[in-house]
This record gives sequence, structure tokens and C-alpha cells, in this order.
Amino acid sequence: MHKKPKEPLIHMTKRDLVPVKNAIAIRAAAILLALVVCGVITALATGLNPIEVYITMFSGAFGTSRRIWIMGKEIAILLCISLALTPAFRMRFWNLGGEGQILIGALGTASCLILLGDRLPNAVLIPVSLLAAVLCGAVWALIPAVCKARWNTNETLFTLMMNYVATQLVAYFVIVWEVPKGSGKIGIINQNTEAGWLPVVFGNRYLLNILIVAVLTICMHIYLMYSKHGYEITVVGESEATARYIGIKVSRIIIRTLILSGAVCGLTGYLLVAGSDHTLTTTLAGGQGFTAVLVAWLAKFNPLKMVFSSFLLIFLSRGAGEISTIFGLNKSFGDILTGIILFFIIGSEFFINYKLHFRGHESKGGKR
Amino acid sequence: MFDFVAFIPRAVAQSIPLLYGSTGETITQKSGNLNLGIPGVMYVGAICGVIGSFLYERACGTPEAMNPVLTIAIPLFFCLLGSLLMGLLYCFLTVTLRANQNVTGLAMTTFGVGFGNFFGGSLIKLTGADVPSIALSATSNAFRRTFPFAATTGWVGKIFFSYGFLAYAAIIIALIAAHIIRKTRTGLHLRAVGESPATADAAGINITAYKYAATCIGCMIAGLGGLYYVMDYACGVWSNDAFGDRGWLAIALVIFTIWRPDVGILASILFGGLYILYLFIPTGMNLAVKELYKMLPYIVTIVVLIITSMRNKRENQPPASLGLSYFREER
Repeated sequence: MHKKPKEPLIHMTKRDLVPVKNAIAIRAAAILLALVVCGVITALATGLNPIEVYITMFSGAFGTSRRIWIMGKEIAILLCISLALTPAFRMRFWNLGGEGQILIGALGTASCLILLGDRLPNAVLIPVSLLAAVLCGAVWALIPAVCKARWNTNETLFTLMMNYVATQLVAYFVIVWEVPKGSGKIGIINQNTEAGWLPVVFGNRYLLNILIVAVLTICMHIYLMYSKHGYEITVVGESEATARYIGIKVSRIIIRTLILSGAVCGLTGYLLVAGSDHTLTTTLAGGQGFTAVLVAWLAKFNPLKMVFSSFLLIFLSRGAGEISTIFGLNKSFGDILTGIILFFIIGSEFFINYKLHFRGHESKGGKR
Repeated sequence: MFDFVAFIPRAVAQSIPLLYGSTGETITQKSGNLNLGIPGVMYVGAICGVIGSFLYERACGTPEAMNPVLTIAIPLFFCLLGSLLMGLLYCFLTVTLRANQNVTGLAMTTFGVGFGNFFGGSLIKLTGADVPSIALSATSNAFRRTFPFAATTGWVGKIFFSYGFLAYAAIIIALIAAHIIRKTRTGLHLRAVGESPATADAAGINITAYKYAATCIGCMIAGLGGLYYVMDYACGVWSNDAFGDRGWLAIALVIFTIWRPDVGILASILFGGLYILYLFIPTGMNLAVKELYKMLPYIVTIVVLIITSMRNKRENQPPASLGLSYFREER
């Protein structure tokens, strides 16, 4: 009489909340699986056995104290960009313009260092160039934010385009300030006077960068998790209608948050120019504005967890870099490995958010 | 005087990869998938074509031994296959596993560009050449064959007939895509999927099938843009990172054309022109200004983006569910 409808082979339902333990286990399994696949691929490419591949990766990342410091510096920069993007992401504002905001911040810093380097003492020059970087970054993020707030302009595409405008602007100034003329490069800024450079603390060139970012991480965590501003950002991200209903001015939050986001990107640019690289090129950010999107997303936009996700990505890229130098492979090999691992992690999120039911197993519980 | 007869063919040649990329991305976006992996897909399409023709040229030895049909068919097949696989990967992650589209797209770009440069670099090493590039001149000659009367008809020939077959194919594909999206039932369903998947689902449209098909076809078309770039524009010379940021420009073009591939034909030529305008504007010794001219395509895109959002006309908006994955049981 009652004909049972045909059940699909696999049926998916959304999970409410996965225990933290399970979520971590799923992610760890994904990373492990990805590492195995990467090991196999590397073994095929180099003829090594996979175990040696991992050992090479480790020594590439941690082999010498110099390598550890370089890794620390790179983690700090990537983490700083991710921190910058996070407030925007928590609001569901896809700021893909990190790259451009960093470059503009770097441009602001470099212009201060080059134009004012001889005229101001370091005590004045450092704050001035920092302020310039932060302002430039903030303005660069403010432009798409205002358009989003007023006319709901698509921010993903807008911020993406701003990257290239920034790149060309930097390319222009690189040629204007090139040293020596005709080289198309700026070279090390203020190499002899070191004017405007961040001081070396405790005998290590990279330590100050790392410390600044560490403090920033904690501040950002408190700001997002425990402050009223952070709460407003989360509400706007979850539902704009709710935000409006409880009297939050959405456009104000968007603009305020993006100023913060751009300012921290500008700060990253400052750290790159005044802190570590001391030069300005169009590839200064090196695609990290995009990598940071992945870092932030992997950590579910939680600043403290980003320490781990940025560590993971930098470890991978440095490890893969080591493999490619030792075995004479192309440098891009690292990108392939990173890509594969990301695909696995992205895919694993599904198993955290959804549950699979197979046909046949359903009846065990009796009625649904 | 501005030299249009020299300028237009170069602008068109520059525009074809962009046109392929934007046509593919438009079809993809109409299904509600914002595929930011297009730059990577175009790299993969290009390098797969290069690998195919490299193997074939090696197997034949001399250009005379090469079968003219296979010379074109093999790279074409490899290119389509490579970009199809990228499309399937994107769909599997975003449609089946409902991953975040922006993140997946960016990861695909990282992977695709790395893939292209890695295999490009490996092939370069295999050939043992001194220059960091591979030259596939025999294949390229086949791809670059123009109409026989292009050389004899003066400026008309130069402007209209001096391109390889992939350039004309790009225009035809764009026209077909525009027709299908706007005029056919399939197109209507596709747009419904992109605007409101829940409604489309209720109407009995298979969301998953449409998203997969649109994204994979879109990726294959975009991949052809990469192939055109290597085989035709770059005369069969692959060098790493030469393709540059054209993939992002193709995504910009999608917005610029307000999601209409037929508008894309002229718009891409405009973009191509803007892209190389700096070569034709006399700036004398001031090289720096040229860098500012290169900004033009992006600034124009931003202006269009702002204007369409200001006017807020319904038919000019992005597909309403662009960038969101669809889960039937979530309402």
C-alpha cells in the first residue's frame, strides 16, 4: 500500500556542532593524508623515498638557527597580513586587496625614508613613516569600503582590482626613485645611514618584527572576541538585517572595520620596508596577500589559531623550497605541494560541517 | 599620427586570451560559482597544450613528419583535458563538498600557476637550452596560419584577417555563449541556478549538474585562452610567468561586460588596447609614466563596477547567489 520512496545512496545532513576533538582529528587526518600524497608525488619526481623527503623538509625549515629565524620572520609577516584581513572576513567582507594595501603601505614608508631620510632624526622619522604606512593602507581599503557601504559594490572584485592599481603605482615610483638611474630598481634604501630602519633588538634583525606581530595578535584577539566593536562585526557578518534591527549602523561598521583592516596591512608594508627588506619592489608582498586569505580561513578567523595555520603554510613553503633547491627542481614545486595540501584541508571542512548517511544504515535507528 | 593599422592587430592579439578567460568565467559565474581559480586554469591549459605538442614534436623529430591535423589536435586535446580536470576539482570542492569558493579559487590559482611554472621549468631543463624558454615553432606555425589573402588585401587584411584560427574561434564561442545564456531554455535554467538555486531546485532543475557543467565548460574555454597565448601570441615560446596577470584581467572583464559574452568581444579588444597602449603613446625617455598607463584597464574596471552598483539596474547586477554554495536542506 504505502510505497516507500527510493532512498538516495548517500544522504547528507548538516551537523550542529562538532566536538573540538573530532574537528581537530579530521583536520589532522586531512593534513596527514595530504602529506602522504605530497610525499609520494615528490618521491616520483625526485626518486627519493618519501621518508627522506620529509626529513629534507624539516631540515629546510628548522635545520639551522638562521633558518629558524627566517621562518619566524616569514610567519610574522604572513600572520600580520592574516590578522589584518580577519576583521573584514568576520564581517563577510571579502578583502582580497591585502596585496595592494601592503604595497601602498610600503610605498608610504619608502617615500618617507627616501625623501625625509636625511632631514629628520630617527626618533621622528620612524613614527612619521609608520603613520604614513598606516594611513596609506587605510585609505586603500577605505575606497572599496565606502562604495560597499553606499552602493553595495562587489568588494571581492573591487579590492582585487585595487591590487593592480597599487602595483602599477609602486612600479611608477620605483622608476622615479631608481638608484642608479636606469637600473629599474631602488636597491637598499638608506644603506649607509640606516635612517628610518627599525632598530635591531637583542642582537637579532628579525626579532622586533616578530615581537610586534605577537603583540598585535593578542590585541586583535581581544578586539575581536571581547570588545563591543568585535561583537558588532560578528553581528554584521552573521546577518545584516539583524544588525540593522538592533540598531547597529551597518555602513559605519563596514567603513570602520575596513579602515582597521587596511591600516594593519599598511603596518605590514611598514614592517617589510623598515623592518626586514629595506627596499621597495612591485613583488614585495609576493602573493602573501592571497596566502593570508587561506591562513585566516583555515583558522576559522580566530587570531590565535592563525599562529598555527600560518606556521603550517610557511613550513610547507620553506620545506618544499628546500626540496627543490637540493634536487634541482623548479622553485614552483613548492606551490604545487602547497596547493595539494590546501585542497585536502578545504575538502576536509566538509566532513566537519556535514554528516553522511548511507542507504541501509538508516533503518538502524528505527524512525527518522 | 597614431598608427591604427599597427595598433589594432596587436590589441586584438592581446585581447583573445582575455576574451576566452572572460567568456569562460561568465558562464561559470552565471551558475553562481565565482571561480577565482581562472588564472590558474589558464596556466594549466597553456602548459598542458605545451606538454602535448612538445611530446608530439619530439616523437616526430622533424617538422615535415608532423601530421597537420594532429599538430593542432594534440595540444588542443591536452589543453582541454587539463583545464577540464581543474574545473572538476573546483566543482568537487565547492559544489559537492560545499567549500568556500574564494578560498578554493585562490588555492587553485596557487596550484595552477605553480603547476605551469614547474612543468615549464622541467621541460626547459629537458631540452637543455641556454635560454629559459621552450620554442615549439612547428606547432606554433600551424596555430598561426592566417587567411591566405591576409597579406594581399592591405590594411583590411591586417586588421581583420591576420589572426590564427583560435582568435576567430574565441569570437564565435563568445557569440554562442551569449546566445545560449540569453535566448535558450538551458540559459534560462543556468541563470535561475545562479540567481536563486533554491527556487531553481523547486522548479526541478538539477542544480549540481548545471553547476558542474557550467564550471567545467567555463574552465575549458578559459584554458583555450592560455593555449592561444602560448601558441599564437607568444609564437610557441613558453617562458615561466610570461602569462602574467591576464587571468585576473579576464575576471575584471566579466564585470566590465556586465556578464555578457557578446559585449566581451569589443570590451576585450578595448582592454587589450589599454593593456598595450603604453607601447604606442610617445612618452620619450620617461619610462615611469608608462607604468601609470598600465593601470588603465583596472581603473576602467573599477569605474564600471562602481557605476553599475550605483545605477543598481536589476539586469546589470552580479548573479544574486554568486559565491555561495547551495545546500538543499538549508533554508
